[in-house]
Amino acid sequence: MQIRYFAWVRERVGREAETLEVPAAVTTVSGLIDWLAERDESYASAFAERDTIRVALDHEHVEHDAPLAGAREAAFFPPMTGG
Amino acid sequence: MTGQAPLSPQTTPKPDQERDPALPPVVVRIQAEDFDPAAEIEKLVAGKANIGAVVTFTGLCRDEAGRLAALELEHYPGMAEEEIGRIAQEACRRWPLDGILAIHRHGRIAPGGNIVLVVAASRHRRAAFEAAEFLMDYLKTRAPFWKKEHLKSGGAGEWVDARESDNADADRWTR
Repeated sequence: MQIRYFAWVRERVGREAETLEVPAAVTTVSGLIDWLAERDESYASAFAERDTIRVALDHEHVEHDAPLAGAREAAFFPPMTGG
Repeated sequence: MTGQAPLSPQTTPKPDQERDPALPPVVVRIQAEDFDPAAEIEKLVAGKANIGAVVTFTGLCRDEAGRLAALELEHYPGMAEEEIGRIAQEACRRWPLDGILAIHRHGRIAPGGNIVLVVAASRHRRAAFEAAEFLMDYLKTRAPFWKKEHLKSGGAGEWVDARESDNADADRWTR
């Protein structure tokens, strides 16, 4: 799965994007956050403010309880501040 | 959990998919370059003689009382176009529009520079005013852009925090 990070989530993780083999047991956005946060301290720090993190699957906003359901790309980012 | 205003009770189609041919043209551009509001209005209304109202909103970079050297706008390429497109399509379903346009810049923008342009054209003013405001309110809370401050005193400052009032602005369209 392609994983992308933006703004301060990107800075804390220390990378913009990566391709990861997500275990089959990880089936929801929330599960994916748990799995990523366990990778190392950078990820743990990026996902520490868990409820603040917004998520998109294949370019569409989803809630944390959304199923991954074969999505090709997941993106994690703070609340948006454009406009 | 996220406090984000839902765009629509239904799932909204991606731009250019399952689009009702009766809906007006939607123009969405994400670009580093500046834009010219007058030229964009002219293009949007060209050849359409039944437009009675054009409402334009331009968002500019503030210097925050002299504190900022620039804003750096990061975006999610692909999703930024698609999400603004979905909001514009929803505006077309809600109001009788003859054209709607959104341009959002990314990269480094100095105080006084343009950040975003929204233009809504309709036969009557109410639809044009409301559609432009609707598009801006949702764009603020749903379009994947993030602002980082660059300070005059040197160096990168903080990421701009999202404002609760922006969520409230978007929420009022769901009432």
